[in-house]
Amino acid sequence: MIGSDLLGIEHLERSDIERILDTADHMREIGEREVKKVPTLRGRTVVNLFFEASTRTRASFEIAGKRLSADVVNFSPQGSSMGKSESILDTARTLDAMDPDAVVVRHSTAGVPKRIADVLAAPVINAGDGAHEHPTQALLDMYTVRQQKGRIDGLTVTIVGDIVHSRVARSNIQGFLKMGAEVRVAAPPPMIPAAVETLGVKAFTVLREALDGADVVMALRIQNERLMGSYFPSVREYSATFGIDRAKLHYAKDDAIVMHPGPVNRGVELSHDLTDDRPSVILDQVRNGVAIRMAVLYLFAGRPRSGPDDGGKL
Amino acid sequence: MAHADATGSGEAPRAGEAARQVLNDTGIRRALMRIAHEIVERNEEPEALYLVAIPNGGVPLARMLAANLHEVADVGVAVGVLDTTLYRDDLNHRGERPPLRHTEMPSAVDDRVVVLVDDVVKTGRTIRAAMDALMDFGRPRAVQVVGLVDRGHRELPIKLDYVGKNVPTHPKESVRLRGSGGGLDAPLEVVLLGGGTAGEAR
Amino acid sequence: MARVLIRGGRLLDPSTGRDEPGDLLAHDGAIEAVGQGLDARGAEVVDAEGAWIAPGFVDLHTHLREPGQEYKEDIASGGRSAVAGGFTAVACMANTQPVNDDPAMTDFILDRAAHDSPARVYPVAAATRGQQGEVMTEMSALVAAGAVAFSDDGRTIMDAGVMRRVLQYSTLVHVPVISHCEDRHLVGAGVVNEGPISTRLGLPGNPAIAETLHVIRDIELASLTGAHLHVAHVSTADAVDAIRHARERGVSVTAEVTPHHLTLTDEEALGYDTSTKVAPPLRSAADRQACRAGLADGTLDAIATDHAPHAQHEKDQEFTLAPPGMIGFETAAAAVLDLVRQDELTPLELVRRLSTNPARILRRPGGSLGIGEPADVTVLDPDRRWIYDPAKGWSKSRNSPWAGRELQGRVVATLVGGRLVYHVDRGVLVP
Repeated sequence: MIGSDLLGIEHLERSDIERILDTADHMREIGEREVKKVPTLRGRTVVNLFFEASTRTRASFEIAGKRLSADVVNFSPQGSSMGKSESILDTARTLDAMDPDAVVVRHSTAGVPKRIADVLAAPVINAGDGAHEHPTQALLDMYTVRQQKGRIDGLTVTIVGDIVHSRVARSNIQGFLKMGAEVRVAAPPPMIPAAVETLGVKAFTVLREALDGADVVMALRIQNERLMGSYFPSVREYSATFGIDRAKLHYAKDDAIVMHPGPVNRGVELSHDLTDDRPSVILDQVRNGVAIRMAVLYLFAGRPRSGPDDGGKL
Repeated sequence: MAHADATGSGEAPRAGEAARQVLNDTGIRRALMRIAHEIVERNEEPEALYLVAIPNGGVPLARMLAANLHEVADVGVAVGVLDTTLYRDDLNHRGERPPLRHTEMPSAVDDRVVVLVDDVVKTGRTIRAAMDALMDFGRPRAVQVVGLVDRGHRELPIKLDYVGKNVPTHPKESVRLRGSGGGLDAPLEVVLLGGGTAGEAR
Repeated sequence: MARVLIRGGRLLDPSTGRDEPGDLLAHDGAIEAVGQGLDARGAEVVDAEGAWIAPGFVDLHTHLREPGQEYKEDIASGGRSAVAGGFTAVACMANTQPVNDDPAMTDFILDRAAHDSPARVYPVAAATRGQQGEVMTEMSALVAAGAVAFSDDGRTIMDAGVMRRVLQYSTLVHVPVISHCEDRHLVGAGVVNEGPISTRLGLPGNPAIAETLHVIRDIELASLTGAHLHVAHVSTADAVDAIRHARERGVSVTAEVTPHHLTLTDEEALGYDTSTKVAPPLRSAADRQACRAGLADGTLDAIATDHAPHAQHEKDQEFTLAPPGMIGFETAAAAVLDLVRQDELTPLELVRRLSTNPARILRRPGGSLGIGEPADVTVLDPDRRWIYDPAKGWSKSRNSPWAGRELQGRVVATLVGGRLVYHVDRGVLVP
């Protein structure tokens, strides 16, 4: 049974993931209607507490909330506790006193949504915390793969990029493994996290080997600041060795799909033609993002708090 | 083995509960044929009809009704499926979030005579939710309601235009359509269960 | 001064090897008699039934935060917390604000301590000016003012050339140089031990080699210069090995380990609780085991708490921003008793590492229950169970991973200079 917060894929069972994906199927249909709204969360307040800037994820949650008729409020406090008058926990306690029905939290440091959830009575949904987890991204990624391939069991998923700094990688690794896929990661050595095999994946530093027979190729965004000097020498070299283009894609299966959480650094992680055309499913990912977030809000937001029998569980 | 349940909650009847059959397969088919005639009688323009089934129980009934209308009036009536779960008025009062069901509305709703089809009608809340859902799809010319079984105990001012059978019940009892999980020709029956399980037809 | 009789305990004196039931009588600041069935002679009696009677614990490594950060702790509150944990003497580190790199500052600390602290305070002065790691401090003047050792703890002297000269110069004044061994560049942004846990948490990792590399570097420099190097808060198996080999070669190196590195691992950080954030970080189970073995076989000489108070609002920050450190005086005994409970150390040997050895490293009196020695005595009940609530403790701060846990082992009384300064039923009594 799902708990009351969505802090990470690490806390979900396979059956929970399936339940969210199945619910998203129904939510997607709403997006195809003319009136893209249902009254389900009418009168409920969903707060987007984004300490880290993000246009796409926040907009996605906002649209999702509004399609469920929730009142969506955006709070964007200053980035970190440094030099601020109000600490993160104080912000959370203040918010708690306003009685929201769900709080979506994004922060540049791992662990903040958990700390906030400890303080808040309302359910907390993690929209990305540092390099730790980004559960709704992984859920929409799994949903997209299931949509394209009909299943996840037995597929080979290769994730390429700055794994050590990527919450998208960590969440997807856990999600795809729980759903029965084989997961590989590929990156230049400094970008492979310590003891990564303990997560259950195989690590590669040669892209061709990682792509061999893959059904899904997921490219992650490279942040330029990291490249310069310390983790990798140059964009040019990264793109040549780990960037995905049609030629390299030949090592994967013929019907392999290409994914990216966005925004794409064109020509770096993905070649221009792979960004826009099939086999890239990037736009499907975005579309599915709203459906997944509607499913998450439906399942987590606005449930009555600790009734005598339900104990906060679904 | 529990049958796929036809009522709003999708719960299977409890094992060991004494089930009394109130309508058997033949009775259901006869009722649906009679209702098809009544629909044609009341609606001068059968081409404007749009059958909208409320899952799960309404789905096989709507299909059978469409087949009957084709036979009776030689008209192909569109059939849609409209899940009302997201429009329920009790969602935020329950601990459990009920599972969602399929929605598929192949035709536009504007200016059509929508005939909602449900298996068992009790409080009228499901029909109310269905009408709200319908309005989000467009503006029907008219809305009529088919209920295979009317068991009374309305809590809202909802009336049925076409009824298969009236079955007087105690509020705590439960009435179920069984067999809706089978194919188009699978036998259906309506049963009455004593004691009342939670979350049945509303 | 009144006499104090500690009666009916288990006498543990590492300086003589004494381990037997008995009493201890203190008078005029010194130990007057030790043995069985001592006559009270009008003394104040402290009941030690079921408890150990040991020489007062000496903490080689503490942060008292005064001057400059008195909101976290000051010499008075730190001293109170110390005696509540059985520490009759503490060496306080120099990373205050301003840094203790000047005789006037050392003087100030000693003066404060004399008036406000029930525990003895031995200032550790900075090894370099402002702890900037460039220019060494006036070691002679500082020792004359009362400094007992030199350390840039809090920071590492990254320039090996400077470290060499610091060690060389220290041989002039015959006091240890205490090194916080962490290569800043290898640590990077690391906040938890680099390994499976840091990968799971998505937090930057601090690799074990950051410590090991500098332990090896400083050992070689100590060997070259003949100085007394003392390695602070050892946390890795490789560092323990390096120290062991150095000893075998005859290098003058001593080392300490904290109660938390002896008992906790990096798994404690899994809930992102910042009270588990410390430098060096909590390490793997294998590292913990190596530290325990190192303490048992004498490679690591002493237990030191690295008591590091921080205010609640500071620890409430994101894990990457919260300052590292935990308070430790009042939980130390309960934590390290685990080694006795697991038969890794005898009670006598544990006491040696809490008292005799640290006193020896600092070249201070202590660690002995001999007649005529200063009456610094700790009475420890090793079996007493209690729930630790830092809010009820004596430190101004509450940052402890043991908060709310049930502990086994508690100090019941502490004497400093023959005066009863702490009793578990009455609290801190002096000043």
